[in-house]
Amino acid sequence: MTRSLTMDRPDDRNRLDAMAQGVIGQPLDRPDGPAKVTGTARYAAEYQIAGCVEGVLVTATISKGDVTAIDEASVLSMPGVIAVISDERMTARAAQGGAGEAPVQQVRQVQYYGQPIAVVVAETFEQARDAAKHLKVTYRADDAAITDPHSAAAPTETYDEPIEQGDLAQAMAQAAHAVDVTYTTEGHNSAAMEPHASIAQWDGQMLTLHASLQMLAYNQKELADSLDLQPEQVRLVSPYVGGGFGSKLGISPEGVAAAVAAMQLNRPVRVVMLRQQVFQCVMRRSETVQRLRLAADAEGRLTGFGHEARVSNLPEEEFAEPVTQASEFLYPGENRRLAIELARVNLMTAGSVRAPGEAVGMQVLESAMDELANAMGLDPVELRLRNIPDRHPSEGIPYSSRKLAECLKAGADRFGWNGADRRPAQRREGEWWIGTGMANACRVHNINEAQASVTLMADGTAIVASDMTDIGTGTYAILGQIAGEMLGLDPTDVLVQLGDTDLPPGSGSGGSWGAASTGSAVFEACEAIREHLAERLGTTEAELTLKDGFATAGNRRVALPELLAGAEVERTGHFKPGEITEAFAAAMYGAFFAEVAVNAYTGEVRVRRFTGAFSMGRVLNAKTATSQCMGGMVWGIGSALTEGLTFDPRDGHIVNPDLAEYHIPVNLDVPHLDVVLVDERDPAGSPLQAKGVGELGICGAAGAINNAIHHACGVRVRSFPMTPDKLLAELPDP
Amino acid sequence: MQLTINGTAHEFTGDPRTSLLDFLRDGCGLTGTKKGCDHGQCGACTVLVNGQRVNSCLTLAIMQDGHAVTTIEGIGTPDALDPLQAAFVRHDGYQCGYCTPGQICSAKGMLAEAANGWASFVSDNLEGQVELSAEEIRERMSGNLCRCGAYSNIVDAITEAMQAEKVGAA
Repeated sequence: MTRSLTMDRPDDRNRLDAMAQGVIGQPLDRPDGPAKVTGTARYAAEYQIAGCVEGVLVTATISKGDVTAIDEASVLSMPGVIAVISDERMTARAAQGGAGEAPVQQVRQVQYYGQPIAVVVAETFEQARDAAKHLKVTYRADDAAITDPHSAAAPTETYDEPIEQGDLAQAMAQAAHAVDVTYTTEGHNSAAMEPHASIAQWDGQMLTLHASLQMLAYNQKELADSLDLQPEQVRLVSPYVGGGFGSKLGISPEGVAAAVAAMQLNRPVRVVMLRQQVFQCVMRRSETVQRLRLAADAEGRLTGFGHEARVSNLPEEEFAEPVTQASEFLYPGENRRLAIELARVNLMTAGSVRAPGEAVGMQVLESAMDELANAMGLDPVELRLRNIPDRHPSEGIPYSSRKLAECLKAGADRFGWNGADRRPAQRREGEWWIGTGMANACRVHNINEAQASVTLMADGTAIVASDMTDIGTGTYAILGQIAGEMLGLDPTDVLVQLGDTDLPPGSGSGGSWGAASTGSAVFEACEAIREHLAERLGTTEAELTLKDGFATAGNRRVALPELLAGAEVERTGHFKPGEITEAFAAAMYGAFFAEVAVNAYTGEVRVRRFTGAFSMGRVLNAKTATSQCMGGMVWGIGSALTEGLTFDPRDGHIVNPDLAEYHIPVNLDVPHLDVVLVDERDPAGSPLQAKGVGELGICGAAGAINNAIHHACGVRVRSFPMTPDKLLAELPDP
Repeated sequence: MQLTINGTAHEFTGDPRTSLLDFLRDGCGLTGTKKGCDHGQCGACTVLVNGQRVNSCLTLAIMQDGHAVTTIEGIGTPDALDPLQAAFVRHDGYQCGYCTPGQICSAKGMLAEAANGWASFVSDNLEGQVELSAEEIRERMSGNLCRCGAYSNIVDAITEAMQAEKVGAA
């Protein structure tokens, strides 16, 4: 039986708070922890399947043109080589998040350097890798490739409808204080630690793919569409995912290549991307150019707000980095212009990388806000507090629960913020300039359709099942806690099964919607089970108390096995976003406070202290929520200081396509991270009163570091990442 | 050619191009050791060879003649966690879990290096006893990347396990 809920209005019953078990929100250890710390958690490439052979992708060495010949004979005589496959079903790109259909497939028509064009299959990995390197490919190169996203020759289009209100130019001209600045950010790679990997098995009817993916119900359709199969003929298995960060939202080229090879050869085939291929042919975050125009009155209240961005993507891709997403509602300003211009280029696919939009939009916006605060001589925290609008500045709709002011205060308290004197280059320790900076955090709240089943077993334990994934986010933990709270069970008595398309289709992990969406499906199923149990006990659901495996109503207290009398109860919860998404501006908020040291001689920046105060609706597990926030802050450090894809402007190949050259933060780059979770219930967020937390910690984090650098040494860097070369010329005399 | 893995003798007769990492994962089914980059850049494949931490992707299986290799499977099991593994669970020193076996093997090796007086880039003195401050742990664990960003918790987990061991030894 399925119980459905379309969320059209807020759910302010706070049912979880009315429960008795007391496990929701608790900082419990993850149930998947022991498997992960002992190496027994099995990731996509790690299934031992008899007769499995190995495939290695071959990628294009031109940026645009056609593959005219692939000389299979050049490698087929090499030891162990079984086949060279360059099939029309293979995919040249990864699917965008939520696509549900095949991405661009024509692998022999090259649109970017590094595009997969073939897969070489051999008995062993060593043989396949060697053969892939020796495969002779002939191209007809098209000289019209555009590999510089800033080139005037790149065709551009306006993405979505720009927001135009009032007269921004006039507001700027009449403002008591105004800032008009342009920033740039470089492209990013998700760089999940587990490279994209697939093992395909074909039995003539069914394709089974062990893969590393974030959104299985959608991936199943993408794979089926690519292969001309029915979705029912595709089973995806992905119980453990070694990080995703957007890069595994859609199927990527190795999955279809493995499937095509398995179907052609009638043998299981494993294809694991080389780390360089993860960088070259999955997804990048687009570089951005962003112009911020902020017009303020004498008190610092915004009267004009402009945020215009230029981003890029391949032809045919619908995605454009939604840079202005939070800018639409975070700040007031009746005179507005928000617009995104999309340039078409021959660079690898641009798509979702952790917090698409806000990750780079917020860091620039919050740097510009600091420039405004400095221009006014105002505490930047006070500037933020003065700019919390009453209603959505364009749509006029109300905000759902918004604890921004509380986060600003809690974060400032914890950090020991002193905003009175923001003069730069005042504090020195040895060869280091010391400074502090802050920024708002903001990320839109998303929800997605989701199903999950909950089975209360005759012995009084429960099983939660969904094709939902846990990509490190803590899904196993929180779904067990939701069911445990609702059904009065210790979470160790709740088995959570995830990552298999044989299970009900969950929301997938992405856009920070996983917990609120699939968690709400579990919640709905549990409410249905509670109603059933109440009926068995001869009471109402509202009068029923479930705790420690006992059902209580009035003066009756019965152990669940006794109440169930040998029966098991299975219910499926089906959660759908409804009118609620249009009725409120719902988002997660927070505030960052950073202290940095800038080397007076080299321009090296070290983050010495980093505090974040965040509100995300109900916290489902304080331990995993804190970890998610920390992870975001680490990404903020990377985005601020080191991370940037560098493309060779001649042919668009990535010159730093691995972890030695693309610098994600290492342990020494990260100080002890101080995370404050601000208590909140958001009835418009979900029936759990929860929102999302996976991306909030990055959204604005790099802005706080930018502002701290300025405070430390007086250099305003308007180009991310803020590598030492960008500071050196402007550093004050040491 | 023979080597010992987690106390058990193994024969290697495969392709001489096989890395120790691929031999462990594909030849021995010990998939707890992870492949993150295959180029010695991420540390996910860290194992102990004769007690010292090594990126197993950067050495060939055929070079391990007579060596004793310890992988994550040799450190503890879900039912009998090593105290360091238990500390990682308690402090949430992981998220996706993919870098975790490498982090734990690396921490084992790192603690032994410190006990033997090895200095690091952030050490004040190159000689004498090493006190593992948080800063020292961060520096010494910087060869193990974690994209989920669990570094703060990893340092806490190692610190706790180290202190518990000291108390136990005293």
